[in-house]
Amino acid sequence: MPITMGLLLGLSFVVSLLALSFLIWAIATRQFALDRAHAATVFGKGGADGPDTDGTHLFDTTGIDRVSARPVRLLILGAIFWLVLGSTFGVIASLKLHWPDWLNQAAPLTFGRMRALHLNLVAYGWLSQIGIACMFWILPRIFRTPLRAPQLPVIGFWIWNIGVALGALAFSQGWTDGEEWLEFPWQLDTLLVLAGVFFVVPLVKTARAREVDHIYVTGWYFLAAMVWFPCLFFIANLPGIHYGVEEATVNWWFAHNVLGLWLTPLGVGTAYYFIPKIIGKPIYSYSLSLIGFWGLALFYSQVGIHHLIGGPLPTWVVTLSVVHSVMMFIPVIAVAINQHVTVARNLWALKESLPLRFISFGAVMYTLASFQGSIEALRSVNTITHFTHYTVGHAHLGAYAFVSIVMFGAAYHIMPRMVGRDFAHPGLIRLHFWLVVLGFAIYFFALTIGGLLQGLAMLDATRSFAESVILTKPWLEARSVGGTMMTLGHILFAINVIGILRKPRAIAQSAVAAE
Amino acid sequence: MNRYLPLVLIAFGILAFATLMLVIAPGIQMAQRTVPEGLRPYSEQESRGRKQYVSLGCVYCHSQQPRSPDQAPDVERGWGRPSVAGDYVFDRPHQLGTMRTGPDLLNVGVRLPSESWHLTHLYQPRAIFGWSIMPAYPYLFEEKAEAGPEDTVVVLPEGFGPESGVVVARPEALDLTAYLLALDRTYPIPEDALRDDGYARKESGS
Repeated sequence: MPITMGLLLGLSFVVSLLALSFLIWAIATRQFALDRAHAATVFGKGGADGPDTDGTHLFDTTGIDRVSARPVRLLILGAIFWLVLGSTFGVIASLKLHWPDWLNQAAPLTFGRMRALHLNLVAYGWLSQIGIACMFWILPRIFRTPLRAPQLPVIGFWIWNIGVALGALAFSQGWTDGEEWLEFPWQLDTLLVLAGVFFVVPLVKTARAREVDHIYVTGWYFLAAMVWFPCLFFIANLPGIHYGVEEATVNWWFAHNVLGLWLTPLGVGTAYYFIPKIIGKPIYSYSLSLIGFWGLALFYSQVGIHHLIGGPLPTWVVTLSVVHSVMMFIPVIAVAINQHVTVARNLWALKESLPLRFISFGAVMYTLASFQGSIEALRSVNTITHFTHYTVGHAHLGAYAFVSIVMFGAAYHIMPRMVGRDFAHPGLIRLHFWLVVLGFAIYFFALTIGGLLQGLAMLDATRSFAESVILTKPWLEARSVGGTMMTLGHILFAINVIGILRKPRAIAQSAVAAE
Repeated sequence: MNRYLPLVLIAFGILAFATLMLVIAPGIQMAQRTVPEGLRPYSEQESRGRKQYVSLGCVYCHSQQPRSPDQAPDVERGWGRPSVAGDYVFDRPHQLGTMRTGPDLLNVGVRLPSESWHLTHLYQPRAIFGWSIMPAYPYLFEEKAEAGPEDTVVVLPEGFGPESGVVVARPEALDLTAYLLALDRTYPIPEDALRDDGYARKESGS
């Protein structure tokens, strides 16, 4: 048996490596024939039409945006609702770790439930929903055709949000499937699956009706994510077949792929669209984006078991995930070169465009989060950081500093182009940026340092376990400060978005006068 | 990269391959192993207690997977021998956990075998450890003027109980404690047991 398993391990690695070599060969011999003309698909029919930094000068010139506007507006509003609620629960959970006797009178208020509420609301209510909003905004644009069946995503929106609300209500009352990232009872998960159908069908119809030969790189990420996430979600939630350690492997295969094959494609795809679009120049090396995409698919899909290093499961499968975690350097560097060089050559655009500040900050965080993740998966490092708050800091570097901050920028770019007027108070957007960036910096460094100290204390047999708890307390307090700043930023975000949706009085009055 | 169907099919194929490697192959391998002889299914009360453990989210702070002495001093801390895949066959859902904000609990029933200790600790952890950051679970208990014949009274140090009367355990607290006391994987493991040996030292020969 060990030989067979060793062979399987080798096989998996060789298959991924061969696939990557084939890809490099195909690019080198121009099998794909990707060139700068393809990279310019991101612009309109006439090619690059200058920087897209002024909120309204390109307002719906094609008639595409006005079809997408209704579902996108609903999805953004729904996402922001869960963001504010979900991050409030996050702050409560964080405070409870250093004020353990606060809010303790009923089971729904306990740390275990608050933490699960936070995770599920921000993962499924906020991140997934804002990502889907970006899909509905960007895909019709890069396919140069209006969204097909635009009434379906509106129905999907209601089903999805009812599903998230009922799921959260269920486990705050103690009805849970009991695994991290999979707490929603499977009976309610069927609502999310159903909503998924209402989201995927119109996008696939739009893809098939596209009026452009080439699918732009953002489209690869989005179209693939639309296959990956439903498969992951369906298999992981199937009731009655998973148990014991096998269930744990399914759990972490799922949970890490939610990040790798769902949230990451949403964030990277969104950045790949908005960075060149805002700057008005195509990305640095279009062929390189192929390595970034297929490398992500090949390597990211197999990293999940690094959450169980040192655990009760076969050595080979742990090693497999460690190896693939390190291989993630390849696609991440490819994306980094593409996105960061494009921005670095056009630093002027950061002054002109507030959304670009969010998006390129998020893109840099993707590089850092992935590098950190690859290193954290090494057995020598993992033995210290595993089971500590360090991991929580890392998770927020990926899901928050990368995906969420890219999505803030995307929403700020989409809104003026959807309603045809600019934000009245750009100062509030700047304040939002600095609140979440500084808040996150405090959050991240507190948990990283606190987590390392905690891990070192736990490894030292001469120090009591109590010591590893006591020494984290000041760092947990700092985390609450950072988290509160981030949440205040989210409230500003909500104010900004609701503000631009409300018609200014002057315009409303002049419209009445004209009639 | 101009066609929809090949893109989506290859993307699906890659995920299917990853699922084969991470889920199906190890799942088959683990299913072929013998269940350890010393392991018994949870009793009805322990199962009810396990539901409490799951629904209160204990897993977010407590792991249930002691590591090998080659990697960490878990054995010295009294958390038990390194666990193997077979130790978990009756666990649905699994509660392996990824955090040790609190200690590992896979063998807590052996390390802390007193029901009375657990009831006090669940009612107010800081009545035992002043430094603890574990939540208190007062709603698993009730205050009474005086204990009935069937009641289990919680022993509390001065200043932690009600001003008058006693605190008695509700059935939920007794179930949860029964589960905690049942956590015992100290029996010998089968020879073909599986776990991650990635930290094994060469000289130890395994």
